[in-house]
Amino acid sequence: MKVPMTEYLYIDLNSERWQCRVCAQDLGDARGNYKEGTLVHDRDPEEIHPPLLDREKYQYTFSPDPVYCRILEYCCPGCGTQIEAEYLPPGHPPTVDMIWDIDSLKEQWAKVEENAIQVINYGPDENALADLSPRFEESSSSTTQS
Amino acid sequence: MTTTESSQQTHAHSHPTPETHLTAEEQEWVDAFMNDTTLFIGPDPEIMREHSIAQRSPLEERILAHDLDPLVADRIRRRLAGALDEAFEMCESMGAAPGAKWADLSVAVYTAAGDVAYMSNRGVIAFSAVLHHPIRHIMKYWKDEPSVGINPGDGFFHNDARFGMVHNTDQSMLVPVMREGEIIAWVGATIHEGENGACEPGGMPSGSETPFDDGLRGSPMKIVEKGRLRRDLLTFLQHSTRDPKLMLADIKVKMGAVKRVMDIVDQSIGEFGVETFVGSIRMTVEDVEQEVRRRVLEMPDGTVTVNQFVDSTLKENILIKFACKITVKGERLIVDLRGTGPEIINRAINSPLASTKAFVSQAILSYWWPDLPRSTGALSPIEIISDEGTWGDCSYDAPTGQNLQASFRGFSALQIAYAKLQFSVPEKYSNVLAPWFNQINDFLWGGTTQHGEQVGNLCADLNGMSGGAKPFQDGEDSVAPLFCAMADTGEQEVMEEEVPFLQLVSKRVVRDNQGFGKYRSGMGYEMIVAARNTPSWGFMTVTSGAKFSSVCGLFGGYGCPTYPLAMVKGINIFDIVKKDPSQFDLSMERVMNEQPFEGGTYSTYHMGLQFDIAQEGELYMIAQGAGGGYGDVLERDPELVVEDLQLDRISEQVARDIYRISWNPETFVVDVEQTEQLRADERRARIKRSKPYAEFVKEFVTEEPPTDVPYFGSWGQENNEHLFATVWDHHGATQVQGRLEEIPIIFMPNRHVVKINNLESRIRELEEKYNEVIPHRI
Repeated sequence: MKVPMTEYLYIDLNSERWQCRVCAQDLGDARGNYKEGTLVHDRDPEEIHPPLLDREKYQYTFSPDPVYCRILEYCCPGCGTQIEAEYLPPGHPPTVDMIWDIDSLKEQWAKVEENAIQVINYGPDENALADLSPRFEESSSSTTQS
Repeated sequence: MTTTESSQQTHAHSHPTPETHLTAEEQEWVDAFMNDTTLFIGPDPEIMREHSIAQRSPLEERILAHDLDPLVADRIRRRLAGALDEAFEMCESMGAAPGAKWADLSVAVYTAAGDVAYMSNRGVIAFSAVLHHPIRHIMKYWKDEPSVGINPGDGFFHNDARFGMVHNTDQSMLVPVMREGEIIAWVGATIHEGENGACEPGGMPSGSETPFDDGLRGSPMKIVEKGRLRRDLLTFLQHSTRDPKLMLADIKVKMGAVKRVMDIVDQSIGEFGVETFVGSIRMTVEDVEQEVRRRVLEMPDGTVTVNQFVDSTLKENILIKFACKITVKGERLIVDLRGTGPEIINRAINSPLASTKAFVSQAILSYWWPDLPRSTGALSPIEIISDEGTWGDCSYDAPTGQNLQASFRGFSALQIAYAKLQFSVPEKYSNVLAPWFNQINDFLWGGTTQHGEQVGNLCADLNGMSGGAKPFQDGEDSVAPLFCAMADTGEQEVMEEEVPFLQLVSKRVVRDNQGFGKYRSGMGYEMIVAARNTPSWGFMTVTSGAKFSSVCGLFGGYGCPTYPLAMVKGINIFDIVKKDPSQFDLSMERVMNEQPFEGGTYSTYHMGLQFDIAQEGELYMIAQGAGGGYGDVLERDPELVVEDLQLDRISEQVARDIYRISWNPETFVVDVEQTEQLRADERRARIKRSKPYAEFVKEFVTEEPPTDVPYFGSWGQENNEHLFATVWDHHGATQVQGRLEEIPIIFMPNRHVVKINNLESRIRELEEKYNEVIPHRI
């Protein structure tokens, strides 16, 4: 069974692998850090947050200072979907933001006895119904292990 | 519950008690002697480091040994809820403090031991996790103290966060409920008063360098004795702040609000009896604790880590880390704050642990499980690991004037983590949400009003934080502060009747000021202020985030931009627009980029401005912040992008380069096919320009923090007990590393001296370069 862990990431409980929800790309051991299966780009923050004040005249412009802040953009190597954007000081090790206990996750879902994709929503709000079904054909899901 | 706080760890500048080898009898003599000759009763670590609910009292134990009728308990709860909401409205309507008018307050009923059992629905939830400290202090130190004691009709005041408060600008009124000489409950009202006599007006000094600069140091004290306000103490409190009228008015308002709740408490006790009342409020606290454990059990086991970086001491730019690792294991939830940077002993950004925890609780009760009663029980089962001596868990000697800088990070850590912890949980109690903005981008002010009164306080715009995006809709613009869901940003026109400055631009959304994503965050507005008709006035700002974005995005979305303070000095805008009304077309972008006012000095600054004397008509400009965006920008509906473009919420550059859409600039019609192509191209370009993780890490990661920016905290997360810090010695800045207790006291150099030294050194360089020999006599 696939359990949606974020907007773009499944954990496949059978294979114990991280998987891209958009293209079925395998992103590594579900017991480990999904970022290890991604591609990363070190983005100058001024390219994302454009200066509103003249950067030639002023030190503070609405743009983060690249000496203080970088944006690490993580994308799926299969489809290029941006999975995470992390703000870090230059050189700081990327944060291992999620490590899950897969045995416990399996036990938890065994008790639920329902398909995770169908029962997980975005919350109690009436608009919060989520369609977290795969955006790929199920048959392709085993073909893209890296 | 058990806490695993490492409070016993000794920081370098605390003083461990030497080991003694006394017999039990000798120890008893020593204890008796010490008790008789206590010089000073400060904050008690046994009280201040503990956030769990108290053990049941013998009375509570006896009552709850039998079944309590849940329907009767529910009736009592509902009555209290009604009374508390009414008392809240009394404070809001009658409170003199601007903060009170905008809902920055709370009213609550506590158990005898001080645990919050029920709190007003509106107001600041963080108070529910911090006000048990002063009550525990009163019960431990003043109840049996012959010179103090506790009697019916007494009321206690305090404001010092080191005794348990969100921050020093809040003031409490805590009143015991007594029957037959026993304390059976407490009722309390707490308001963000604003002025507290600190080194700068407004109660939240960004410039404090010692705890003595933080203003009033009100430990819990009996300000009301048997129903009468003690005039001697009141005079002392009034004399210690800039706004004596405010102090008197709001103490009375709080007394009135407490009285209203007390009437309902008395009625409930009269109708149902003491035991049922005591049992009901205790049961509420325990029920909340039990329900929190159950909800934690529903989360997947694992660890979610959130690292945040703050770019300012409010006097100079630095990088200081707020580390947070949250582990769920069954019904245990452990929040580990180790790796957080050391305290800075002469800067205002440090927070006592209790205040940081209050905002952990704020996240839980307002963004995780807003359906739970606001109770001390919510934080009680959460285990918190923290080292005393960090900036989120500071020592007694550290200034805490603007401790929200650290404590708000406790909120954001929990809020960000929850999106990941709860995503796979089928039953959710709140929506998945990108980060809320977490800075009080606001003007604090002080001086003499047009009515000749001395005042110091702040604009309601601190409540204008923008919401994060949801997975199914954009965030809301400048909607509410993270600490108070139903706060107001106030009516500027009403304020202008009381204070001598105008908001020349107010609540106009700043273009591109959003966290981009599939769904974008709410957007923040700009405000431009100028003083008028006053003999003496000044402004200050108290936040960071001018170099490093304050909040990140979620699941591929981007965070907020950074925010400057911009000023134009040496002009009088009122004279300028009088002569030429067309000049009233003001915006930070136009004024700063076009520099239209001749003779003006234009400058930008980080958002930590110490109290700055404003001449009439000089411009001060800031913007409220945005929250985080949700999801990949390339998945944003192009129609929503165009909508923002038409409303001038985003620039063409953002539509083109971030959202990658193609549109007709005259008709704003989206070219669907071309947009799909542009987005497919961008996805391919991402893959091309990015590197496999392992290869990227090898190139990007450095062994140690950079030395060109002062850095404080762990580097990475593998060894969070190993910290880095920049210290200053005779030769300037040096980077040191080690365990917290090995790091020297961090004392920032005077930034003006640093600037002068740099300028002098530049002069010498130039003199040498141009061979101009001038004797420098020292």
